Amino acid sequence: MSEARKDDTILEVKNLQTVFFTNSGLFRAVDNVSFSVRRGETLAIVGESGCGKSVTALSVMRLVPDPPGRVVGGTVTLEGTDLLSLEEAEMRQIRGNRISMIFQEPMTSLNPVMRIGDQITEVLRLHQEMTSKEAWTKAVEMLRLVRIPEPDRRAQEYPHQLSGGMRQRAMIAMALACRPALLIADEPTTALDVTIQAQILALIVDLQKRLGTGLILITHDLGVVAQTAQRVIVMYAGKKVEEATVEDLFENPKHPYTRGLMASMPAVISFGAKTDARLNEIPGMVPSLTNLPPGCAFAPRCRLAIDRCRAEYPPLQEVDVNHLAACWRATELVGAP
Amino acid sequence: MTDQRPLLEVTDLVKHYAVRGGVLRRRVGTVHAVDGVSFSVARGETLGLVGESGCGKSTVARSVLRLVEPSSGAIKLNGTDITGLSKAEMRPHRRSMQIVFQDPFASLNPRMTAGDIVGEPLSVHGLATGRAQQERVAELFAQVGLRPDQMKNYPHQFSGGQRQRICIARALSLGPSLIVCDEPVSALDVSIQAQVINLLIDLQRKNDFSYLFIAHDLAVVAHISHRVAVMYLGRIVEIADKTELFANPRHPYTQALLASVPVADPKAKRLAPMVDGDVPSPINPPSGCAFHTRCRYVMDRCKVERPALVEAGEGHQVACWLNDGTGRPE
Ligand SMILES: Nc1ncnc2c1ncn2[C@@H]1O[C@H](COP(=O)(O)OP(=O)(O)OP(=O)(O)O)[C@@H](O)[C@H]1O
Ligand SMILES: Nc1ncnc2c1ncn2[C@@H]1O[C@H](COP(=O)(O)OP(=O)(O)OP(=O)(O)O)[C@@H](O)[C@H]1O
Ligand code: SF4
Ligand code: SF4
Ligand SMILES: [Mg+2]
Ligand SMILES: [Mg+2]
Repeated sequence: MSEARKDDTILEVKNLQTVFFTNSGLFRAVDNVSFSVRRGETLAIVGESGCGKSVTALSVMRLVPDPPGRVVGGTVTLEGTDLLSLEEAEMRQIRGNRISMIFQEPMTSLNPVMRIGDQITEVLRLHQEMTSKEAWTKAVEMLRLVRIPEPDRRAQEYPHQLSGGMRQRAMIAMALACRPALLIADEPTTALDVTIQAQILALIVDLQKRLGTGLILITHDLGVVAQTAQRVIVMYAGKKVEEATVEDLFENPKHPYTRGLMASMPAVISFGAKTDARLNEIPGMVPSLTNLPPGCAFAPRCRLAIDRCRAEYPPLQEVDVNHLAACWRATELVGAP
Repeated sequence: MTDQRPLLEVTDLVKHYAVRGGVLRRRVGTVHAVDGVSFSVARGETLGLVGESGCGKSTVARSVLRLVEPSSGAIKLNGTDITGLSKAEMRPHRRSMQIVFQDPFASLNPRMTAGDIVGEPLSVHGLATGRAQQERVAELFAQVGLRPDQMKNYPHQFSGGQRQRICIARALSLGPSLIVCDEPVSALDVSIQAQVINLLIDLQRKNDFSYLFIAHDLAVVAHISHRVAVMYLGRIVEIADKTELFANPRHPYTQALLASVPVADPKAKRLAPMVDGDVPSPINPPSGCAFHTRCRYVMDRCKVERPALVEAGEGHQVACWLNDGTGRPE
């Protein structure tokens, strides 16, 4: 966020706007979103289903399906290069090389009829001058790095021969093979069991530290955010509604939606909690993007909404040091849920 | 909970599936989906069932409802063993047991209105038709926080959380004494999960039925349950009062599971994987203690002898050889 660290910045996204043209009309899946990621930093993006997390990631990767979608505004600058103005051929040189993405379901990005080792080898040879033998050796090394047991043997296997956790590791190995400056992980552990999730997250964080990779971690799990990220942006209905350091966000959430989200989580292990104590719930439901209310999109569910909220969209403002929130009442709120 | 007799009593439940292969579809192996599970649920009680994917939670749920035929074991509802009952004999018992599934969309008929979906069991069991049914359905809608005017809408016109409310209303329609919830909130957003969990809690307070509540999310289970059973590869490895289980877990797997849940507090200790390796396949489960391939405290004995689920404290049972079969105090 601060100018002083600018040289460290790997990715700078400014006023990103991505829309979809559908039968029910045009809607803004990503509406004027800005953020940046520094070397070695983890930025988490959280928010409810459909709020635009994946589309934000896909926009940065220039992978938004067109039609029906299109990036219609903003800039995406990776290591000084404006990605949105590149030719597709140039973009292909960057994808998988300077910037990689891993998805929730590894089977969607692994080729089912190609051996794991060959897939990593292919990525390496596409971006780096290497003989196939060198690339294979490097591929096995990557599999070892992500702690796949017996990497020599596993490299010869096909994706369906690996367990879910191992496939996710293989994906990470492939994504990191070219030592990208930025890794985007979209719900990388949502499909995994918690004991395997803990292994994978620890692995991602460890590799990221060692390689200095910037990481964008998309998740809906606030526990995962707390344990991995340094900075967090919260999205609601296509907009960034809050941004803060992870400590600030958990200690002092400013936006009523963020506050509600934190309060509605069952305490991870509610030891002493009285059985059948009710949770704090956010009433109502997530609005449809094709039918957003004027003003603040959270207003229909917000206990603090005032007339102004329903009429005017609140601008994103610095409500505390390095803490942004888009809420008319963010600075009044101290304590109240 | 004045009636001491358990509402549901499951004894030595086993469910094996044949794995077939080759052109002749010969049996090449056996999935030990559920491998000797015993537990009981008291009236008005919620028993949480947790464990990782494929450990057999849904199979337990479906066996209890007789949606799958167990390979062996007994399931007693109100003291009656329902495992051998014919379809006709099952009928009165069907009314007392209902299920709510994970995917509220897949379990609702898209061509029926929400009102008809909720009213259908009343028709099927000949309990109410016409006006009386409409009134009862409207009542059920109100109970689960839906507006009666939404009765004429179709499933696609509802959000995920609302669809789950429809499923719950339908489950309530016959006045069941047991509701089996199989991952009822896993497909919902966090803010919507809280609404559904609160609803389930409120309904239990009013109606005093029991829940068998299945989820892989420990926080959710911890919140709603009175007692919790932890499953690993087809068996219960630990079962205790909720507070006791989370404060004093004794099975190394339960401990690993609890330690793996990311804590929503940036100042809490960082993620450190407590167990290495993958969950083994239920086709050839490991010998002895099924957890021995991943357990830090494994001893020779664990690899050959299976520890039984035994009392390790009041109402606290554990299946682990450590400390004379009482598990590992943390
Ligand atoms: N290919 C598409 N065509 C039409 N609409 C789309 C498409 N992809 C995404 N959308 C819409 O864009 C919005 C944002 O979707 P996005 O996938 O970014 O949500 P998300 O925050 O990643 O949610 P989730 O947590 O469910 O993954 C949603 O309303 C979604 O329905
Ligand atoms: N009809 C079937 N035929 C063969 N195997 C089956 C069948 N149903 C379930 N299984 C297997 O039985 C085991 C237990 O499955 P079950 O669905 O009970 O697990 P679960 O604990 O509910 O998992 P999840 O958390 O993924 O829902 C799994 O290995 C599963 O693949
Ligand atoms: S702007 Fe108003 S409606 Fe929106 S979150 Fe703030 S108080 Fe609530
Ligand atoms: S019986 Fe042995 S292997 Fe199993 S949990 Fe206990 S110590 Fe570990
Ligand atoms: Mg997404
Ligand atoms: Mg299941």
